[in-house]
Amino acid sequence: MAYLPQSDDDIRQMLEVIGVSSVDGLFDHIPQEIRLRGPLKLPAALSEAALQQHMEALAACNSGTDRTISFLGAGCYDHFIPAVVDFIASRSEFYTSYTPYQPEVSQGNLQALFEYQTLITQLFGMDAANAGMYDGATAAAEAVLMAIAAQNGKRKVLVPESLHPEYRQVLRTYTANVDVSITVLPTPGGRVDAAAIAKQLDSKTACVVIQQPNFFGCVEPIHDVIQAAHAAGALVVAVVDPISMGLLKRPGDLGADLVAAEGQPLGIPQQWGGPFLGILACREQVLRRMPGRLAGQTTDRQGRRCWVLTLQTREQHIRREKATSNICTNQHLMAIRAAVYLALLGPHGLRKAAILCLNKAHYAARVFTRDSGLLPAFEGPFFKEFVLKAESPAEVARIQERAFEAGFFAGVPLGTWYPDLQDAILFAVTERRTREEIDALSQCLACARRSSTAAERLVR
Amino acid sequence: MKNRQATRLLFELSKPGSAEDILPDCDVPEEPAESLLPGELLADQPPPLPEVSEPQVVRHYVNLSQWNMSVDTHFYPLGSCTMKYNPKRNDRAANLPGFVNLHPYQPEATLQGLLECLYRLEQMLAEIAGMDAVTLQPAAGAQGELTALLIAAAYYRDRGEKRTQVLIPDAAHGTNPASAAMAGFHAVEVRSDHRGMVDLEDLTAKLDSRTAVFMITNPNTLGLFDVNIRRVADLVHAAGGLVYLDGANMNAVLGIVRPGDCGADMMHFNPHKTFSGPHGGGGPGAGPVAVNQHLADFLPVPRIISAPGGFRLDSDRPKSIGRVRSFCGNIGVLLRAYAYLRTQGAEGLRQVSERAVLNANYLLQRVRHIIPVPHGVRCMHEFVASALKLKASRNLSAMDLAKRLLDYGFHAPTVYFPLIVREALMVEPTESETKETLDAFAEVLFRITEEPEELLHEAPHTTPISRPDEVRAARNPILKWTPQADSV
Ligand SMILES: Cc1ncc(COP(=O)(O)O)c(C=O)c1O
Repeated sequence: MAYLPQSDDDIRQMLEVIGVSSVDGLFDHIPQEIRLRGPLKLPAALSEAALQQHMEALAACNSGTDRTISFLGAGCYDHFIPAVVDFIASRSEFYTSYTPYQPEVSQGNLQALFEYQTLITQLFGMDAANAGMYDGATAAAEAVLMAIAAQNGKRKVLVPESLHPEYRQVLRTYTANVDVSITVLPTPGGRVDAAAIAKQLDSKTACVVIQQPNFFGCVEPIHDVIQAAHAAGALVVAVVDPISMGLLKRPGDLGADLVAAEGQPLGIPQQWGGPFLGILACREQVLRRMPGRLAGQTTDRQGRRCWVLTLQTREQHIRREKATSNICTNQHLMAIRAAVYLALLGPHGLRKAAILCLNKAHYAARVFTRDSGLLPAFEGPFFKEFVLKAESPAEVARIQERAFEAGFFAGVPLGTWYPDLQDAILFAVTERRTREEIDALSQCLACARRSSTAAERLVR
Repeated sequence: MKNRQATRLLFELSKPGSAEDILPDCDVPEEPAESLLPGELLADQPPPLPEVSEPQVVRHYVNLSQWNMSVDTHFYPLGSCTMKYNPKRNDRAANLPGFVNLHPYQPEATLQGLLECLYRLEQMLAEIAGMDAVTLQPAAGAQGELTALLIAAAYYRDRGEKRTQVLIPDAAHGTNPASAAMAGFHAVEVRSDHRGMVDLEDLTAKLDSRTAVFMITNPNTLGLFDVNIRRVADLVHAAGGLVYLDGANMNAVLGIVRPGDCGADMMHFNPHKTFSGPHGGGGPGAGPVAVNQHLADFLPVPRIISAPGGFRLDSDRPKSIGRVRSFCGNIGVLLRAYAYLRTQGAEGLRQVSERAVLNANYLLQRVRHIIPVPHGVRCMHEFVASALKLKASRNLSAMDLAKRLLDYGFHAPTVYFPLIVREALMVEPTESETKETLDAFAEVLFRITEEPEELLHEAPHTTPISRPDEVRAARNPILKWTPQADSV
């Protein structure tokens, strides 16, 4: 097997130096009773050529957004990825290196991180960003843990139903065994009611989590929420779509204390949900409670500017059980992708992406409702996603089936998470969707509805 | 050769108007944003990101990349990290459009190839672990630890037992105690004995009805196989506790020892290490967790199941701890692990471990006259040497040796870990290195110890920068570029 480079002659010489007669001898101190007898029961080894065939065959059993036109979103989006992002991320020197423990031979990774941190603070208007978390959900959960740690003794967290359901689930898992109480606030109108939040805020409330735009695509009255929270002495964790920053006011400018975001829209492929990038940014006041790695600027012995990992006394390898988090391996290569994406697009590119999403989503909502008679589930402004209602859960299923046959993923049905929204579909429209595609899906939705009402009449 | 201009910070390269136009023009009727979104939430201008042209971006990052050492360019014996060669065929397989473009909420019927792959990966990992069930959801080893400890907490809750402590050897990686604290337990340290194994007396003294879990790393962070593991597991079980195995060092025992056969109840894998990652400059990794049957009900949802009509995702698991992240895992990393396991097979995997252990033992023999290895003359896939003697005789620290190695084109070993060895140098050559590379490394290490002291204190000399001032970085943290910042 060419994968292993030692020749038989090498092995003989090495064993001689070690002073054992066989490779087996290197393991003879391991008690027999716990050693595996016989080989592992694994499928037979494939050659490289056979592996490629096998993987191609498996891949062919999937039908992804390269073959089916996607209106799926809900935390993972079909945004355009510039070729340069793939190219940079495939440089061996980035993707086969590891954590920059030796700064003298890791300046590339460290400077890239320092730039990433800066880009994130610029994007969200925050004081500081770390080198990244696993994904948006864990970034949000750790942001909440930071807020609790910063808010001496306050253990209550307010979370609206308009926060991504999986983010709420992760938060619940992370806090299941510690003293934190999570209050979930209903959002029947698709958005939070700042006055209702104000009623729930009390002296025990550590923080309020708010997603902007929220899981339903709606734009939240985030400024009112921040005002109410701060008036009650609570911090605000804002979960933000990075692409929306091309148009919306930055959470930092509105007063948010912590920002958690999913970085996937910034040049990271969908890959069935990972690897993604957890973005985490904060204000100066809570910086020492930041989990994970931080790249900081300093100078070398010649006085040249350079970068190192810093404030490491927060981290597990130094502080152990008193660390701010257990995170070690993070999503570094994804942070580089996000940085390259932001550098390529620049402020005007990002604005353009946001404007394209906004206009195409509104165009789609208009023609879908016009052609098919599906109704908007919520009033109020939205960004790149919107919820439409069908007649029944059965009709939702039929629409999905028909649309798929015609070559579309027609949004994400919401019934799995929201019993009240069994008949609702969440559509996402990115800059990648063309007018032609939107019109075609619209026709298809109309068709599916007509035939489904006809089918229902027949049954009756 | 160093391009100082192209590697100035992106923000210093920025020039208004030079941004690239990558996106298409709008093909639907446009409306002003003010008419679609509330005015009080609209920004007056986009974020102050830099404006850099595409050629500049490429030159910038390609130059930066060349300031990193990496597995593809250098010997990288960073202990505990298993910096092995990453077969390119795995990248190609994982990057097939039929995998890269999958959305987490598309119908299961359109995902059968992927689900089959992941299902089979779970089965292979369960077999390697000697355990019954696997979740692929955790994003890294540390999150695997957290997942397993949350499973333990749910298990005891379900049994109506209140157990509050997690016992952890002093040699353990920092993520172990940090994960214990995050999961709501108290971390209690257990001593290692003079041979580097878990001190059975200390363990026995600390085991009681408060013990929830004992976390053991085996082979441990000294690169030694703890031969008492079966006895350790029996002691923990007798006290009513669970045994967790930190599988970061599985590269030493694939197909040779299975944690489940040693009495472990649960474990995590680090596919970015053992199953050839790659490491991505710090991540992404993955942290699959294997458990025995009595803990399977508590695994995160969704689980992948094989049903008559095909593979499905099952979230209807009332005892589950829930989700530990959004969606289903770091799929790109897991697909590479799948490809790695499929090309190695049982025989190949065993050989991986044999060669990793052979390489480590050979290198240990070659260097132990230069830097002693306090815990014995044999090791598994890595060994921990100490520069303590050199410190006394020549005032050379582990750090000095590490830095000088960089000048000779070798990445340094892990230094100052584990904490129980002073002036530690933790060396893990992995199976992918040739004898010639190991010989060259040993020769250089010897040569270095003969070099003038000052030369080492000032090392490295040939890298893009010399030793950075870490104290200054921490005292006055500069964590982002600002327009006012000095550009030295
Ligand atoms: C022994 C040991 N345990 C746990 C971990 C944590 O794994 P990860 O970095 O993937 O979170 C590591 C590696 O960093 C390790 O070496």
